[in-house]
Amino acid sequence: MSFVTLVFYAFSAILLASAVGVVTARNTVHAVLLLVLAFVTAAGIWLLLEAEFLAITLVLVYVGAVTVLFLFVVMTIDINIEKLRAGFWNYLPLSLGVGVLMAVEMVLALKSRGFDAIASSHPAGYSNTKELGRLLYTDYVYPFEIAAVILLVAMIAAIAITMRKRKTTKYQNPAQQVSVRREDRVRLISMPSERRGAAEGDE
Amino acid sequence: MLSLSHFLILGALLFAISVVGIFLNRKNLIVLLMAIELMLLAVNMNFIAFSHYLGDSAGQIFVFFILTVAAAEAAIGLAILVALFRNIASVDVEDLDQLKG
Repeated sequence: MSFVTLVFYAFSAILLASAVGVVTARNTVHAVLLLVLAFVTAAGIWLLLEAEFLAITLVLVYVGAVTVLFLFVVMTIDINIEKLRAGFWNYLPLSLGVGVLMAVEMVLALKSRGFDAIASSHPAGYSNTKELGRLLYTDYVYPFEIAAVILLVAMIAAIAITMRKRKTTKYQNPAQQVSVRREDRVRLISMPSERRGAAEGDE
Repeated sequence: MLSLSHFLILGALLFAISVVGIFLNRKNLIVLLMAIELMLLAVNMNFIAFSHYLGDSAGQIFVFFILTVAAAEAAIGLAILVALFRNIASVDVEDLDQLKG
């Protein structure tokens, strides 16, 4: 068994174990931290597949942004774990059956076709990042622009969904302030003035 | 020597674990989102394995776009979750019955 094979099996074991941990962890914070472990391990496996750029992207985008976002949300909201865990194990037999069946089916399908191709090595001086950049800015430039728009839409949508106006907040409206007229603020009323003699007579 | 089927089986097992997770955590929206992220990771693993073993970089471009869409999905999903928690103080799927559908 070569060293690369050993690394693959070790990383696969860690990845699968942390995935099981993510879906069964009692504490949601632990689940998010195990998700981080799963992503980092997957990045290691992608490095074995010589997809260096995507491995780094996975760590940057998923560990650096998405799981940190998950962590923020999990720590911000106060949830009752026990209520959410009620009946957690009720569906275990069914879900385990479905899961094992799915896994066996997929493995059988893969084994029957015999995907035993051996990778051809790249020529010396091959750069994965350069190759991806060349493809992304020539053949796939239009999907690339669409991806940028999708990210913009997601950003605006996330802000729009979570933004709220407090009803109790006091704030000034400058437009209303400058457009105010004298009639709105000063009211002239006519009333009889006090007699001078009566005011002095009271003393 | 590692062959293509090693990586494909790893992806299949990861996908199956995520499906089991969706069954088990059918009430907890946060863990549901995390299981979806794991599913996308399994799919990306297949794409990269095929890309490597068939010598075609287009598969890695696909993974690039899947990562983009998955990040957008996670951001909007979590925003919806926060808005939901603000309104009903719960992330339980069974409490989402305002529409009476």
